Amino acid sequence: MSIPRTSRDESPLFAGPLAWTEDLTVRFGRRTVLDRVNVAVQPGEVVTLIGPNGAGKTTLVRAVLGLVAPDGGRVLRRPNLRIGYMPQRLSVDQTLPLTVRRFLALWRPVTADRVEAALEEAGVTRLADSAVQTISGGEMQRVLLARALLGEPDLLVLDEPDQAVDVHGQAELFNRIAQVRQRRGCGVLLVSHDLHTVMARTDRVVCLNGHVCCSGRPEDVSRHPEYHALFGGHARDLAVYVHHHDHAHAEDGKVVSEHDGGCCHG
Amino acid sequence: MTGAAAMDEFVVRALLAGGGIALLAGPLGSFVVWRRMAYFGDTLSHSALLGVTLGFLLGVNPMVGVMVVCVALALALVALQRRRTLAADTLLGILSHGSLSLGLVALAFLETLRIDLMAYLFGDILSVTDGDLMAIYGGGAVALAGLALLWRRLLAVTVDEDLARVEGMPVDALRLAFMLLIALVIAIAMKIVGILLITSLLIIPAAAARRFARTPETMAALASLIGVAAVFAGLMASLHWDLPGGPSVVVAAAALFLLGSLVPLRR
Repeated sequence: MSIPRTSRDESPLFAGPLAWTEDLTVRFGRRTVLDRVNVAVQPGEVVTLIGPNGAGKTTLVRAVLGLVAPDGGRVLRRPNLRIGYMPQRLSVDQTLPLTVRRFLALWRPVTADRVEAALEEAGVTRLADSAVQTISGGEMQRVLLARALLGEPDLLVLDEPDQAVDVHGQAELFNRIAQVRQRRGCGVLLVSHDLHTVMARTDRVVCLNGHVCCSGRPEDVSRHPEYHALFGGHARDLAVYVHHHDHAHAEDGKVVSEHDGGCCHG
Repeated sequence: MTGAAAMDEFVVRALLAGGGIALLAGPLGSFVVWRRMAYFGDTLSHSALLGVTLGFLLGVNPMVGVMVVCVALALALVALQRRRTLAADTLLGILSHGSLSLGLVALAFLETLRIDLMAYLFGDILSVTDGDLMAIYGGGAVALAGLALLWRRLLAVTVDEDLARVEGMPVDALRLAFMLLIALVIAIAMKIVGILLITSLLIIPAAAARRFARTPETMAALASLIGVAAVFAGLMASLHWDLPGGPSVVVAAAALFLLGSLVPLRR
């Protein structure tokens, strides 16, 4: 259970990033989805990928996970890196009788005690005996967090965890992940649509649109011209944006910001 | 008296054969239902006739022929699906009826061969030999042992292939292993229930068990029990009213499914 605690302030046990890409290029047919992308996640660091739909965020994550083969460049990982993956959503066929507890035990041999501990860490102990088909999207996200934690991950990878979760649920999930990061010192790579949540809780933002437009600390990225080009000229400072499932462009009055602008989101 | 004794022996053999297949079909059929592969199972079993013909042509055991053809078909299907030009159900329809017809045509070419076509299509449970029983229990034990060994990982792959892959499981090998297990079941069950009805023995008991199960294992075990009950009821009805054996068993399974779906559950 013990993982050496590393934070960005301490010198980590091994120097260098947990996982990184070198000029990663991925094509689907004739379309280049990722064009010479260089991204790295350091131990204990939260890196967030933002960008419009079709920007290649999910493809980048899938390449880091080894689910998509590069057409050019490389994906590299620290040797024996343990990755905890939380997919966008998970739907289990109705015909398969499966409780949350059992679902958690499918992925590796684990003891009942460790399952209990993971349930508690993710805050879903009360769901342990529920059928996985009956829990809500937000609850499923936390169950997926518990599942990822059972693998003692060095790197947590989350793909758009806000999609099936309401705003309150999102904030709670991110708080949980922040706690997990603090406690375990693992790195986090996440894809997000919700710029507000991103800006508040991330160490580094990578703004992606096929290529890396800009990256850096949230404050810096939000002042970067390419970020403005992508997310609309109104985004003068920290972009605050309420996510909608239809991914319509914002500017619908639901933007909760001291600024009068929202951000353009394709 | 000797007639009655011989009759009893046929019945005992039929019950042993059918019961053995039903036990095996419970857990495997549950996976067929969970993985939504009912039509896939149908396609594999339809190709079995071609395997039988091939077996006779090459002078090998028809069961071996069936295994070979089933595996070849499964691999062809995987290759065709990679091209993504046609939907899976269209591909299955082509392979299913194409291979069944090819089997019938090939059979017609073998003029010297006298095989009971009806027995292969609909089964002949009352003509079970000692060799058949050995194949059922030997092959069945191998299939169940394989399934038990792969159980957790097959469940994981069934729940989510991407997650299983990220966890380092050999997803493609597991899928292939599962197809092999299905092919094995078809090869040993073919003579008993017939290639047109094998899939029903896989999916009907599993579907009937779903409502009463809270874990994958109880569903598999219940499916086995329901299958065995269907074999007993179907065979008894078949003897009593002189009905065809295989279809009677399937009708009994379907009746149990309907009966089960009428039982009120406390939730």
